Amino acid sequence: MTGQGPRGAKPRRRLSGRNIMLYGTLLFVSLYYLLPLWVMVMTSLKGMPEIRMGNIFAPPVEVTFQPWVKAWAEACTGLNCDGLSRGFWNSVRILIPSVILSILVASVNGYALVNWRFKGSDVFFTVLIFGSFIPYQIMLYPIVILLREMGIYGTLWGLVLVHTIFGMPILTLLFRNYFSSLPEELFKAARVDGAGFWAIYFRIMLPMSLPIFVVAIILQVTGIWNDFLFGVVYTKPELYPMTVQLNNIVNSVQGVKEYNVNMAATLLTGLVPLIVYFVSGKLFVRGIAAGAVKG
Amino acid sequence: MTATSISVRDLTLNFGAVSVLKTLNLDVAEGEFIVLLGPSGCGKSTLLNCLAGLLDITDGEIWIKGQNVTWAEPSERGIGMVFQSYALYPQMTVRGNLSFGLKNARMPQAEIDKRVARAAEILQIGPLLDRKPGALSGGQRQRVAIGRALVRDVDVFLFDEPLSNLDAKLRSELRVEIKRLHSRLNNTMVYVTHDQIEALTLADRIAVMRGGIIQQLDAPQVIYNKPANLFVAGFIGSPSMNFLHGATVDGGNAFELNGVKLSLEGYEGGAVGARAKAVLGLRPEHLEIVGAAEPGRTIPAVVELDEPMGADSLVWLQAAGAQMSVRVPVERRLARGAEVHLRVDMTKASVFDAGTEERV
Repeated sequence: MTGQGPRGAKPRRRLSGRNIMLYGTLLFVSLYYLLPLWVMVMTSLKGMPEIRMGNIFAPPVEVTFQPWVKAWAEACTGLNCDGLSRGFWNSVRILIPSVILSILVASVNGYALVNWRFKGSDVFFTVLIFGSFIPYQIMLYPIVILLREMGIYGTLWGLVLVHTIFGMPILTLLFRNYFSSLPEELFKAARVDGAGFWAIYFRIMLPMSLPIFVVAIILQVTGIWNDFLFGVVYTKPELYPMTVQLNNIVNSVQGVKEYNVNMAATLLTGLVPLIVYFVSGKLFVRGIAAGAVKG
Repeated sequence: MTATSISVRDLTLNFGAVSVLKTLNLDVAEGEFIVLLGPSGCGKSTLLNCLAGLLDITDGEIWIKGQNVTWAEPSERGIGMVFQSYALYPQMTVRGNLSFGLKNARMPQAEIDKRVARAAEILQIGPLLDRKPGALSGGQRQRVAIGRALVRDVDVFLFDEPLSNLDAKLRSELRVEIKRLHSRLNNTMVYVTHDQIEALTLADRIAVMRGGIIQQLDAPQVIYNKPANLFVAGFIGSPSMNFLHGATVDGGNAFELNGVKLSLEGYEGGAVGARAKAVLGLRPEHLEIVGAAEPGRTIPAVVELDEPMGADSLVWLQAAGAQMSVRVPVERRLARGAEVHLRVDMTKASVFDAGTEERV
């Protein structure tokens, strides 16, 4: 290198071959992934005659919201003809207690595992994490028996219990990692200040843990909302969550396939996780990163 | 003899198979300022955490103020603790931080206000009371941390390297402040540090630790002038002590290395005895550079370089096969390669047995 000549990074042209390649690929991939959504939205806004004409990519000539109304309030599953609304409210009733209960227990678990180490706490944690590697299918039937013996098989609370238990490994791991990233001396200072197990948890730890709680809420809301397997196995038809009901509407073999209603129903079901992601996307990334720094 | 404030009896702590503290005994008098000094991993912070009740000990007893607190909760031991990282509760204001412990003890609000006001006055943090720790500087944070121990109105203060996170200037300011605080409150203080300046300036007595064992427990001047073993001698003092490896001869009346013989006359340790392997420890300020040899009292040396340090200057020499440093007035400049003699002040010297590393 000589001392003469221009310095700094080499200036780049905006329309360089590299950029065209990069943005071209990105654009193509996004279109590829957005296409199904486009088809769904368009189909859900068409009437059946228009759908029969083919051309699934074309926007509707005559926009109608009738399929959405039907999906929400009139579609039949089995003997009930009150649409997805029943499933929606079932899902909400399953979701809220499951999310609250699982996060409450898991956060206390993580806190205790980090700060109040007891004899065998490492073994306890290992067993808990090991649980998350066992396929759900293996445990399906034993849990049916357990719930039956407890007398809550087929009830809402039975399903809430199942969701709480199956959320435990990943949530405990999440909280444990987060709490172990908080300075240990804070905990010591609080103990010298005479605070006990719960006082430290509520007064010191909780106020510092908002990001990780948001992450846990997102994980649980989307996970439990999207659950199909547990919902169909552990509840009865009148308590089926939205996903199960959606399946029953879409896969019904009687009558004409109402594609527009099916599409509207699917979009309605996916709306909740979608909204959660849009509202909290940034916090979600931040929280995941915060929990990942220290293990 | 004043009353005993803290008494540690045969304290042992094991982490699994690792022994961190080994049957350690320590008695601290009331109002005494004890500094636990040692390199990283020597067990000094561990000992402090045991005193605070933050670590469960394996064996032994801890007594504070005549009470056996071995298994008492930290808050029941009558201690206040200051941490290296300040450990202030980030979501609370300074006032909240100071009163958190008092609220846990269900103290009436009027009493809490009184104590917070007093601590704020002593530490001059009154204007900061409604700020959060995030809006404070490092020095202010550490004051608040000290205040949190102060409001508890306890007999024993425990400091866990409280100044290590501060810059040099603030460190020396707060050091003076802690000393002033001690003379005002007259509490018992146990102070952990790896900084020997802090130890020498603050302590009534220093406990030098290594490997979970107290090597020497004595007043700073004694530790400095009469280190109990080679480790203490080498750890205390900057620049560190010169060590000459040789032997004691003539029935313990002289020290010989590489053909140079030094008379041990005036050595305060008493009879040394003949040892085939011994170490003579000489601090840089206890050596004098002279021009002419005096048999039995000087070592021939060659100047290697000098380091002016402001108030004085440190001269490095090659003497009798060993590298030595001598502290001289800064005006005295010595040319490199100059041949001089080092006169030894034997009354200030230390002789160690090379095998046991103990002072003789």
